[in-house]
Amino acid sequence: MKNQGDAQPGQAGVALPWNHTSVIGNSVPRVDAYERVTGTALYTLDMQLPDMLHAAVVRCPFANAIVKRIDHSEVMGMPGVRALLSSSDPEGQLVLPYPWWVPVGPPMHLFETRCRCAGEEVIAVAAETATQAWEAARAIEVEYEELPFLLDHEQALAPNVPRVHDKGNLVRPESVYKRGNVARGFAAADAVAEETYRTSCLIHTPLEVHASVAVWDGNRVTVWDGNQAVFNEQRYLATALNLPLSAVRVISHYVGGSFGSKAELSKHTLIAVVLARKTGRPVKCALTREESFQCVGNRPANTMFVKAGIKSDGSLTALHLRNAGSVGAYADWADVAGPVAGLYTCANVLIEETEVFVHAGKSRAFRAPGEAQGTWALEQMMDTLAEKISMDPIAVRLKNIAIASQASGRPYTSSGYRECLLEGARAFGWENARSGAKRAGVIRRGVGMAGAFWNTEGGPPTTVLVSLLADGSANLNMALVDIGTGTKSVMAMIVSEELGIPLEKIHIEDADTGATQFGKPTGGSHAVVVYAPAVRQAALDVKRQLLELAGKELQVEVSMLALKDGRVIVAGGQSKKITELKALQELEQITGIGRPQPDPPGKLVMSFAAQFAEVEVNTKTGEIQVLRLVAAHDSGRVMNRLTYESQVFGGMAMAVGFALTECRIMDRNQTGRMVNTNWHDYKIPTAKDVPFDQICLPIDPQDRECNSVGAKGLGEIGTIPTAPAIANAIYHATGVRMPDSPITPMRMLRSLAANRSQGK
Amino acid sequence: MVKEGNHEPVHQACTRRQFLETSVASVAGVVAVGALQMPAADTTPVHGRMSEVHLRINGHEHKLLLESRATLLSALRDVLGMTGTKLGCGRGECGACTLLIDDMPHYSCLTLAVEAQGHEITTIEGLVQAGKLGPVQQAFLEHDAFQCGYCTPGQVMAAEGLLRRNTNPTIEDIREGMCGNLCRCGAYVHICRAVVRAAELKRGTGP
Repeated sequence: MKNQGDAQPGQAGVALPWNHTSVIGNSVPRVDAYERVTGTALYTLDMQLPDMLHAAVVRCPFANAIVKRIDHSEVMGMPGVRALLSSSDPEGQLVLPYPWWVPVGPPMHLFETRCRCAGEEVIAVAAETATQAWEAARAIEVEYEELPFLLDHEQALAPNVPRVHDKGNLVRPESVYKRGNVARGFAAADAVAEETYRTSCLIHTPLEVHASVAVWDGNRVTVWDGNQAVFNEQRYLATALNLPLSAVRVISHYVGGSFGSKAELSKHTLIAVVLARKTGRPVKCALTREESFQCVGNRPANTMFVKAGIKSDGSLTALHLRNAGSVGAYADWADVAGPVAGLYTCANVLIEETEVFVHAGKSRAFRAPGEAQGTWALEQMMDTLAEKISMDPIAVRLKNIAIASQASGRPYTSSGYRECLLEGARAFGWENARSGAKRAGVIRRGVGMAGAFWNTEGGPPTTVLVSLLADGSANLNMALVDIGTGTKSVMAMIVSEELGIPLEKIHIEDADTGATQFGKPTGGSHAVVVYAPAVRQAALDVKRQLLELAGKELQVEVSMLALKDGRVIVAGGQSKKITELKALQELEQITGIGRPQPDPPGKLVMSFAAQFAEVEVNTKTGEIQVLRLVAAHDSGRVMNRLTYESQVFGGMAMAVGFALTECRIMDRNQTGRMVNTNWHDYKIPTAKDVPFDQICLPIDPQDRECNSVGAKGLGEIGTIPTAPAIANAIYHATGVRMPDSPITPMRMLRSLAANRSQGK
Repeated sequence: MVKEGNHEPVHQACTRRQFLETSVASVAGVVAVGALQMPAADTTPVHGRMSEVHLRINGHEHKLLLESRATLLSALRDVLGMTGTKLGCGRGECGACTLLIDDMPHYSCLTLAVEAQGHEITTIEGLVQAGKLGPVQQAFLEHDAFQCGYCTPGQVMAAEGLLRRNTNPTIEDIREGMCGNLCRCGAYVHICRAVVRAAELKRGTGP
């Protein structure tokens, strides 16, 4: 281990992206595929510890209510019940920290006596079995005083509406972004269009429901929790419990989906931790599916007014966006400015955004937060403008392509947007499909497209260790959580690429604050951008050390040595198995350290996409079928062709739900709570709703500046342009603009009828 | 109950009717008593009338002492510790708990353990032979027919059931056969491709 301390990060120099690769870019099955297809992968919900208790939570059934009385006199005598926890306990008053991206907000106590949304935690029970915990929870009587509530974010700032918090319903002061002068821009336009677009509140609903298991060992707590960021979770727990960071160990191994909903500390996690301390036993707190619809986040509903001006040559002259979005009962973000501010060149832009509280579950980051909604509005507007000036939708977009941030002027390290538009159109057969659409009769067919971008930030702090072990296998130690995106496989491929070690001999530690080094979260499409350069640097550090040792042992210059298939090869001559090197056997292992380089100064790293959809609309029933999808994506280098495609197809499938079926439905008149808290009534796409005919077309602009692997983020962008592409295709098929999501058969029929009555 | 040692003596048998009545009362009452608390089916019943239940799972006989309301999913996960079969919703909507009963896919969250007596139950654990993946699993692996993997055991079992009754399904057969299994990661295209491949592997016609 002597060498480990000598290995200075960066000593190997910042490598340039590969010119040739033998592993990276191939279609490689995941390194943990066996575990996932055999059911042996252990998710948090599967965990059973000896002597483990189960927790159940009583939740407020009203949107706005005061807890008057809790009667749990009978409960402690019930079978198996071991502990209760409510606001009357000191720990019940613990305050949950907001995630770092939400700097301020009204306090969130573990248990509230003034409940500001249905689903708010009131009291928790720990019992020997989950059934006993639920039976005890059901026996607890809670008396509430119901108060008037507010659910409609468009009414949140009207006079005399119920206030969610004493200071009012505004989350933060209205934000205004201005560039140029929109009035002048509209005056210069040959055509002006305006429309109000609405997106629904969506629920993440990962297949594995949220669960946490906590156990105390002395004054240190270990928490198994399938979250996206163990070090974030450690900090939030330590802050809430007033413990040293070192006293909180968080482990996240297999995560059964997240999409942003497992990115911040949830109350059920803290409940498990506190009940475990109270009882001195391990405690599991798992939500029910119904709870998970209300208590662990959502994508905010947005109302977006857009007015835009364009010249007859296709250049944009003005964009005005007024957005109102709801974050639920506690602070979060509901901004959508990104696409309007910068997907296209436009000298005159005005964006006004208002984010408000309503009496509903708090929102959380949801795959492509803000961009998904903003792009729904902007990309439909681009089609409207194109029609007004009789230009092809792709031509209009090509006319306004930006190669630098429109807000700051910072250039992009690369942009493949033009290629995405052109090559995507070619792969789709755009011109033929566009002119051959069936726009009359009962069943109509149309095609549409939309574009998108996404900013991925990489850079420190993150530390990764790669260890070459005496038998030639390798261990990869990093805090990266693979929430299903395939990033662990990508990291193993990098080690294999640099060290010539086969994938089956590379093992990866679970993200664990007690065992892995600090690492940034999985989220915002950052995982590959942050971790891949770090893993590559660590592997190169191992290689450098190994070759130096081999050079000494073989008495040749290091520059004469190469590493291939587990052998050190001397140029033009002999080779030796690395396991036969005495130095490696004496050291037992060689460990390399890697950290991501800072992002290129003064530049922005952006991913781009253009997606194309063909749809069929039944004008008698309002049913919409998506027939095929083509996705052209610039996320830089393709690290693993197979998982790349999975990310893109997955993003598009999710957006089919956004476009056509998904919507939180509230009981607006009586209780104020969500009524479709299940997959029967909250409809996510099935195998029959998503077309089999999908093409993923990667565009690699060979970005040598973004980072040392040349890859940009992919996780979010796959889901951004799909829904507006579908909406544009529906317009193409029917001539009816559908500005509100989801475009359900009912809405479609209503709009078709309105269109007919207007004689269009 | 087979493995838990610390439960209380049976104090009262709770019938399904009583259970429903209690739930309804709690929803309708002026004093709301946790109207949101619908327990999921992973719950382990410990009081109530216990019955001896004989289950044949993956070719092995199991004798369990279960409450008659225990689901097959609960018997597998909570009593036998076989967590390969997943709990997704507990109410027959997502298919994560799919397994085969006499070669037909079933939602084990909606199947009482007592109902499964006298039948051949096959779970995801039963498809692996001596550490080697079954053809459907192999095809899912090759085609990356999953992302987070949580719905995967259910998807694999649904595909296995489909291919046991239809050895050469069309894409439409596959979409129909797999549409009872939700995948929030949206791996449907790869799932369909994997089922096509699995059919080839099973028929021995694939490359």
